[in-house]
Order: sequence, then C-alpha cells, then structure tokens
Amino acid sequence: MSKKTTATADKNDAAQVSPAAQAPVNAKLTKDERIELYRKMVRIRRFEERSLRAYQAKKIGGFLHLYIGQEAVAVGACSLMGKHDHVITAYRDHGHAIAVGMDSKPLMAELYGKVTGCSKGKGGSMHYFDPSRNYWGGHGIVGGQIPLGVGLAYGVKYLGQKGAAMAFMGDGAVNQGAVHEAYNLAALWDLPVVFVIENNRYSMGTSQERSSAGPGLAQRAEAYGMAWDVCDGHDVYEVRATMDKALNRARDEFKPSVVEIDTYRYRGHSVADPDKTYRDKAEIEEYQRTRDPITLFQQTLLGEGVLNEALVELIDTEARAEADIAADFSEASPYPTVEDIQKDVYWEVDNPTQRTSQGRLFFE
Amino acid sequence: MPVITYREAIRHALAEELERDSNVVVLGEEVAQFNGAYKVTEGLLAKFGPKRIVDTPISEAGFIGMGLGASMLGVRPVMELMFWSFYSVAFDQILNNAANVRYMSGGQINCPIVIRGPANGGTNVGATHSHTPENVLANHPGIKVVVPSTAADAKGLLKAAIRDNDPVMFLENTLLYGEKGEVPDGDIVIPLGLADIKREGTDLTIVTYGRSVHHSLAAAAILEKEHNISVEIVDLRTIRPLDIDTVLKSVAKTHRVLIVEEQKPFASVGSQLAFMIQKEAFDELDGPIHRLATIDAPAIYSPPVETEQLPNPARVLKAALAAME
Ligand SMILES: Cc1ncc(C[n+]2csc(CCOP(=O)(O)OP(=O)(O)O)c2C)c(N)n1
Ligand SMILES: [Mg+2]
Repeated sequence: MSKKTTATADKNDAAQVSPAAQAPVNAKLTKDERIELYRKMVRIRRFEERSLRAYQAKKIGGFLHLYIGQEAVAVGACSLMGKHDHVITAYRDHGHAIAVGMDSKPLMAELYGKVTGCSKGKGGSMHYFDPSRNYWGGHGIVGGQIPLGVGLAYGVKYLGQKGAAMAFMGDGAVNQGAVHEAYNLAALWDLPVVFVIENNRYSMGTSQERSSAGPGLAQRAEAYGMAWDVCDGHDVYEVRATMDKALNRARDEFKPSVVEIDTYRYRGHSVADPDKTYRDKAEIEEYQRTRDPITLFQQTLLGEGVLNEALVELIDTEARAEADIAADFSEASPYPTVEDIQKDVYWEVDNPTQRTSQGRLFFE
Repeated sequence: MPVITYREAIRHALAEELERDSNVVVLGEEVAQFNGAYKVTEGLLAKFGPKRIVDTPISEAGFIGMGLGASMLGVRPVMELMFWSFYSVAFDQILNNAANVRYMSGGQINCPIVIRGPANGGTNVGATHSHTPENVLANHPGIKVVVPSTAADAKGLLKAAIRDNDPVMFLENTLLYGEKGEVPDGDIVIPLGLADIKREGTDLTIVTYGRSVHHSLAAAAILEKEHNISVEIVDLRTIRPLDIDTVLKSVAKTHRVLIVEEQKPFASVGSQLAFMIQKEAFDELDGPIHRLATIDAPAIYSPPVETEQLPNPARVLKAALAAME
C-alpha cells in the first residue's frame, strides 16, 4: 500500500458513500465488524508485500501470484461465511486464506517451504489449505478447482446441511471445459454453489477481449438457466451485498449462480511476469489512485466515523508487525526432511494401525 | 560453431520450419503477444504474423483437439503447453484421439502435430506443475516422445518432429532453457530414435535423458577423478522410438548399467529399459541393473527438499558407486 493509502484521504472528494452500504447485510454490521473488514484487507496487503520482499531475497521459490488490489473480493465474500459455507479457489490464494481466518505465520512459512507451513512446506504458494476453516485450496491448474467446488455443494446438500460453496476463478479460467461441465451439473442438480469470477481483466498477458467470446462472462450462466450478477469488487460493501443474495439463493433454494466481480491486480501475473507487453503503467496507476479497495473503504469508514486517523495508523502498524513476525517465524522454522517426502501420500501409510490393503505402496 | 541457448535453439527450429512450410502454425497460451511464458517464441509474432503465431484461451482440450483436427487436413500445428503438466486437461485429445485416429481409421488418417513445452521438476512449483509424463505418453503406441538435453539436440530434433507425419510429444525443460551449447548453422535435422553417446567410458553405462544427462555428466567427472571409474553416458534423446541398439552396445562394453531418470519409478521409462537390457543382454551383465529415479511421491514444494527428491549429481554419484559393487 502506498503512503497515500494510509494517509487519511480527505483531499479529493468527500468520502464516497457506497450505495451498497444500505443493503441489510451491511447496515446490520457493528462498528467492530466494519473495522475487522478493513483490518483484514490491510493485513492481506501487508502480508503480500512482505512475501514479495522475501521472494526478492530468495527465501521463496517457485511462483508467487499476488492478490494486491483484489482484497475486497475475498474479504467481502468470505465475511459472509457460516458454519456450512465453503471456499475453494485457484493459485492466487493468499487473500482468501487470510480472509477465512488462517494465521499468517503458517501461511508465510508455507512460502518459505518450512515444515511449519500450512501444508507442511509441501504445497507452496499455490496450494494453501485449511479444511478446519472450510478452505479447500489453493489449486494450480486453471479451472480444475471448479468441479471440486460443485462437489462441496453436492456434499453440503447430500449431508442435509444448510450452506453453500463459493468456487472462485479468474476471468481466464471461464474458458476451461471443466468449468462448463461444472456449471451444467450445478444447474441440473440444483446445487448450492456460487461461481465467483474475479475479473481482473487479464489472464496472464491476455485481456478478456482476446480470450473470451460472447457478451460477458457472467452471462454465460444464462445458457444453463442460472442466475447471474456483476458487481464492483473495489467496494467491499458491494461485494457483500451481491454475494449475500447469491449465497442465500444457494442456501435457501439450492440454486446456483454466477457472480462476476470487477477487480484489478496491481502486480504482474506472478512475481516473474515483467508486465510489459499487455497493459500501460498508467492503467495500473489509475486503479491505484482512484479505485483502491483499501483506500475507498478507509474513506467510507472515516466518513461513517468508524475509523479515525489514529486507528488507521494503528491497524497499519499492527499489520506490518504481523507480517514481519510471520517472516521471522518462517525464517526460524526447519525445512521438512527427505523422509517427509513420502509422508502424507496415502492415508493408510500415515495411519498404519488401520491399514487394510496389502503389498508395496512405494517404489524405488 | 555458434553458441546459443537451448531456448534460442528451439526458437530457431520453429522459425526455420515456419519459413520452410507455410502449413506450420504455432498455437498456444501466451505464445504470440506475450512472447511466450518462457520466451521460447519471442519475436515469432513480429516475424510471422497472427495467422501463423496464435494466442489461445486457456482451453487445452479445445485448442489441442482443434490442432489435431486441422492436422487431419494437412495443417501442421506446433502447439505449446505452457507446462507439460497441463496435458492432463487435454488427455483425451492426446491419448485417445491423437494416439488412435490413425489406427482406428485403418491407416487412412495421419496426425502431423507436435506438442511441445517444458516437463520437469526442480523449480519449486509443486505437484500440479512438475509432471514428467514421458512414460505415460510413450505407453501409447501411435505417439512419439522426444526429450532433448542440449541446445543442438533440441534444434535438430524439433525440426525432425515438425516434419514427422506422426504426433510427436516434445518435452523441454525450464531449467535448460538458459543453458548454452554449440549448435551447427543451417538445416540440421536429427532423426528421431537415435541415441547419442554424451561421454565415452569403459566401466559403467549410465542410460539417461533430459536434464539428468547433465547430472550424470557432473557425477561422471567426479567418478573419474576420485574413484577411477570410467563412465559412458548414453543420452536416449528420443523415448519412442527408442534406440535400444546403442544402449545394448554400450552395455556390451561396460557390463554394468545405471539408469538415471527424472521419473517416478513405477512403470517408468527406466522400467522398460531394464526389462529390455536384461532380456537382450543378460549375459553381458556383471551385476544387477541399477536405477536412480525421483523419490516416489508427488513433487514436494520445499525448495531444498525438492532438490533431494530429484536426481542430482550427488545422488547419481552414490547410485553409480552402488552399481559398481
Ligand atoms: C490448465 C492450465 N493452463 C495454464 C496454466 C498457466 N496459467 C496459470 S494462471 C494463468 C492465467 C489465469 O488467468 P485468470 O483465470 O484470469 O486468473 P488470474 O491469474 O487473473 O487470477 C495461466 C495461463 C495453468 N496453471 N493451468
Ligand atoms: Mg484474470
């Protein structure tokens, strides 16, 4: 976050009033709950900025896909989760992990490849998981998580629970066959799932116009008789208002829907993307200046009298400290051992007293 | 001789074949405007234009199947998988359609496609992105499989692959893209199915391919210097067709074999090799055939541990000493 974001933004227009603020799901929020939404967005951003520095210091291998700019989407959507609601997403998964309440220490340690990581150093940045928080990953194959999301919805319904699954994907993922098969199954069998398209305008270096036919991404739902909606993902209130409707449709009526959320990533596709061929710097700066989800919500909450300058400062300082503590924790943690490579492969091997199969499971 | 990178060698092969045959077309994600996720296709759009160099949506089953269909009419698509790991999305197109169309049509149709891209571990991208499917692919008659280890091989073999009338799977390696090597100028074509002796020796044959060739070469130097063991390294270069004769000739010379492969051990390329060597050169062997493979588990992310999961010079050295016992 730039300095501009932390300074109280009173210079330009008076704090914008989000039309979605009046939606019942937002109107009922307590002061503390509003602050918590803001705090989570700041914590995600600070976490990711810290992880970027660790990557540049060669503490992290592989890919690092940053969520910076998109925070209001995960925070808004995941803030609506009840006991039987579930989340699954792709490889740009840090924001959702913090949004569902995962602790930043194991998240950072996972990036460092340490045994204290949320996946014991086995999954890395793209493969975060925490089933105890109904967070089912963190998936590296574009579109591959969407049928799983339908499966979560099927499971909820099968088990007689009242809940819904949110299956997040990017604007590029909508062109995978698996996504269309999943749409059809969800609509055919009335499954409580919300397909959430985080439309950040690019799939790697490809703009939406160059990859997707048809009038709009969410509208494809019509082919399957599903409801669809679009919303502004820079406004956390609007994300909540829109997702609330879709989630209730799923929970109460077993009706799936597609929600397309306009958002924007500030960083390259991954840290390795030189980000030179497909968009202008000016475009990025324009988003940062006028549509930053954290700045906008800060203005809103200042306007509501929920935040004040001192609190803004405090939240920011705490988020930075939290990210540093997570990095220190990661640094101090051990790596997995070579013996660990073959653990967590088979349930039976990890639970040897309950093994029922015979024969060799691993080979040299 | 010009010294260029493995990446440039592949790019030159593509450019020369695009130049030579107007039916050659390059399709893939980010191959055109973005210049390739790994910059292999850099500059090709500028040179050949959008009819020949085509950016696709993220629809592997769709565009690979499409390329295959077009090949039945004589178009010669060279399709990039950003990672070979994503072939699973297009499994049906590759292993049901490409592998079987010729057979099921009684030889009436052929599919001159190439699918190329990197297939390797060692870059800490986790289990979903680190598959090495050469054994899976080679398990399907009708499919050819190439895994080049050097810049020169990459260029010569890719040119052969593009001219080949069968579906050829061309497996590159992100960790080799920046490696330099001498590559002869001009229209160098290396026939598929010809192994190459990357190092001559008398005591132990290491049969290997891909990046493991380099690990084996590093280990061989140490074995020579510190253990007085002379290692011969056979680089298969092509997995199917397989140049078993060159392997057997080397075994007849050294009488000891170590197979080194970046593969999960079960039903790997090495498994097939070991079967053939014992069957066809049983009397030549002074000891059991040894094999060094990837430690049998999905690819771990943790960077220092992934290095240990894969073949590396230290592991090759240890395995070679065991094979000499
Ligand atoms: C099946 C498959 N194909 C290609 C890739 C490589 N890849 C990773 S992310 C990506 C772009 C996806 O864009 P989008 O769906 O818009 O999500 P975003 O990155 O913008 O969050 C591509 C091509 C992959 N991981 N899996
Ligand atoms: Mg996108």
